[in-house]
Amino acid sequence: MVPLSYYLLLSGILFVCGVLGFLIKRNIITIFMSIELMLNGVNLSFVAFAAHWQALSGQVFVFFVMVVAAAEAAVGLAIIIAVYRTRETLNVDQVNLLKL
Amino acid sequence: MTPNPYLWLVPILPLAGAAINGFFGRRSSKKAITAVALIFCGAAFFMALLIASSFSSASAPYYFNLAHWLRAGSFQVDFSFYLDQLSLVMLLVVTGVGFLIHIYSVGYMWEDDGYYRFMAYMNLFMFFMLTLVLAKNYLVMFIGWEGVGLASYLLIGFWFTKDSAAAAGKKAFIVNRIGDFGFLIALFLMIKHFGSLDFTHVFATVQTFSPETAGTGLLTAIGLLLMVGAAGKSAQIPLYVWLPDAMEGPTPVSALIHAATMVTAGVYMVARSHMIFDRAPMAMMVVAIIGTLTALFAATIGIAQTDIKKVLAYSTISQLGYMFMACGVGAFSAGIFHLMTHAFFKGLLFLAAGSVIHGIGGEQDMRKMGGLRQYMPWTFLTMTIATFAIAGFPPFAGFFSKDEILWKAYSSEYGSWVFWLIGVITAFITSFYMFRLWFLTFFGDYRGGAAQDADGGHAHRHDDQSHGHGHGGPHESPWVMLGPLVVLAFLSLVGGWIGIGGRFEHFLAPVFQSRTAAELARETAGEAAGAGTETLLMLISVGAAFLGLFLAWTLYFRRPQLPARIAASLGGLYQAVTHKYYIDELYNVLFVKPLIDGSTAILWHGVDQNVIDAAVNDSASAARHVSDNVRHMQSGNLRSYAGWVAAGGAVVIAYMIWMGVWVR
Repeated sequence: MVPLSYYLLLSGILFVCGVLGFLIKRNIITIFMSIELMLNGVNLSFVAFAAHWQALSGQVFVFFVMVVAAAEAAVGLAIIIAVYRTRETLNVDQVNLLKL
Repeated sequence: MTPNPYLWLVPILPLAGAAINGFFGRRSSKKAITAVALIFCGAAFFMALLIASSFSSASAPYYFNLAHWLRAGSFQVDFSFYLDQLSLVMLLVVTGVGFLIHIYSVGYMWEDDGYYRFMAYMNLFMFFMLTLVLAKNYLVMFIGWEGVGLASYLLIGFWFTKDSAAAAGKKAFIVNRIGDFGFLIALFLMIKHFGSLDFTHVFATVQTFSPETAGTGLLTAIGLLLMVGAAGKSAQIPLYVWLPDAMEGPTPVSALIHAATMVTAGVYMVARSHMIFDRAPMAMMVVAIIGTLTALFAATIGIAQTDIKKVLAYSTISQLGYMFMACGVGAFSAGIFHLMTHAFFKGLLFLAAGSVIHGIGGEQDMRKMGGLRQYMPWTFLTMTIATFAIAGFPPFAGFFSKDEILWKAYSSEYGSWVFWLIGVITAFITSFYMFRLWFLTFFGDYRGGAAQDADGGHAHRHDDQSHGHGHGGPHESPWVMLGPLVVLAFLSLVGGWIGIGGRFEHFLAPVFQSRTAAELARETAGEAAGAGTETLLMLISVGAAFLGLFLAWTLYFRRPQLPARIAASLGGLYQAVTHKYYIDELYNVLFVKPLIDGSTAILWHGVDQNVIDAAVNDSASAARHVSDNVRHMQSGNLRSYAGWVAAGGAVVIAYMIWMGVWVR
């Protein structure tokens, strides 16, 4: 049996990777993937706790998060395409104005 | 009497006229404006006549509750109207004289650009004055009181492009505020101690009080404060200074507001509150003294004025002093009687003066008039009647009312021979300055030259509509102006006759019936015993009037060079009188200048600029500086936002760890 703390540590590492990627990377796609990474780090802690406490609700929550993430991905990618079409770049440092 | 349910219509009608003319007058023709103004004002007069015809003393006073207004615990004030003998007299005077002056204004103001504005203001004034007169409680009365002040302000400053007119309007308004302050405090005292402002309730409460013989007390305080209010509105010492300046307004305004109606509101209010004054002998005495002094003081100033309207203004102040003298000696009905006759003859004097001014092209200086008798016979005739009326010649109206006051001042239990003596001296001076005006204006040779002078800043240089060619010399006014003069002249002639045999007093007696039967009996007995004295005193006052006439005739008709020499020999005294005893200058030094300086230094530069403005400006600039720094956070750069979010999250987590929240 793998102790709970291992899962939490991995979850924390994944989350911090996501945060760092979000902060450091300039490409919107990469930033987007970093967000997914953070979500999944959180998901991992959910399932770990669910397994530890023998409670099903944590696992159910993870499904919700996945569904929302999928929807978010659809919207987010659409926005990215729209941004690329107008700016012809995916570098967030060059997309710093709300207007054109 | 079947209660008249249309009482409330009387004030509302002129208000409707004012609203129509005020809102739509700019676009409508002068004929339409005239029709609206006259119909609504005339309808009010007609209603008043109807009410008077169905009035019976048996069922008076009659109340009419229009609507609730204030309810605060046990204290309540309603929009309610009150009709008794006193308000009926006032109602008829206000609507009657007001209607006549409205007609006159049509002729006088026809050529003025602000014709619709003038008519709207006049109707508005009628509304407020009628509210004041018909009110059943002090608060509704106060609405009317303030409202007539407003209308007066608007009409004095009617030619507002002229500096002096605008300043006179402001002066009237501000001086009146001082009086209103006293009135207001009196109202507060009543609310505190009687729990009501309703006439019926207040007077019923007061009736249980015994007279305050010690000279001080609640009723004395209320009485004195009411007198302060009355002194402001009715131009008594020390607040009379606004009335002479108010002559800057158009002449019909001077006639309606500053002679016949509004300025008498103070007298009406004191008479209405007689229940309070009856039980506060010291307040009564103050009223009598103020009235008597004002009568004499203003009359002496009137001697040396050269502006025809200023003479009449001081004469008005002086006559109002008589009315207060009457109220002060407990002869309220005599005061109201004089109020009524004064409304006739002083309204007439002003209108006739307006006719003169109109006829010679806007000149108001009597030294440039003269000989107008032959040019304007009707004006001359009516003015003559009014002059004899105010001077107190029998059988004109002024004689009866003035004589009644003088007799009461002598015989009443509050009276004294001092009041009577000053009253007679004032009657003599009144007669003198009125005949001076009469001789200077209508006799001798015309001194106006070509009469084309538009100097002196008199803005009303309007042509008579019947002569389109301007002023070719003095001419008579049109009949729309002369008609009211004739009617008022008739009233000035016969108006006093209703007082013969004490009929007027008996009519008003139910209103002023508050003294005990014993006192009344004593008074009646005294009157019977003093009939001989009364005749003697009457002869003396008529003698005083003749003396005034004779003196004026000598000085201004027979030997016109004499006045200048007398003036020169009097020197300083004459100077003081011409400059109105320097009262305006004194007030300037004592009150106006310290107030302006103090306001400038402390309130403006100190409080307003350094505290209020500074607080506003500083908080604004502080907000700007903070925002200036904070706005750098909003760079639009996605990654810096993410950094802030991450840093914020880190801070929250650190805080939770540090506080030990995670431990449970």
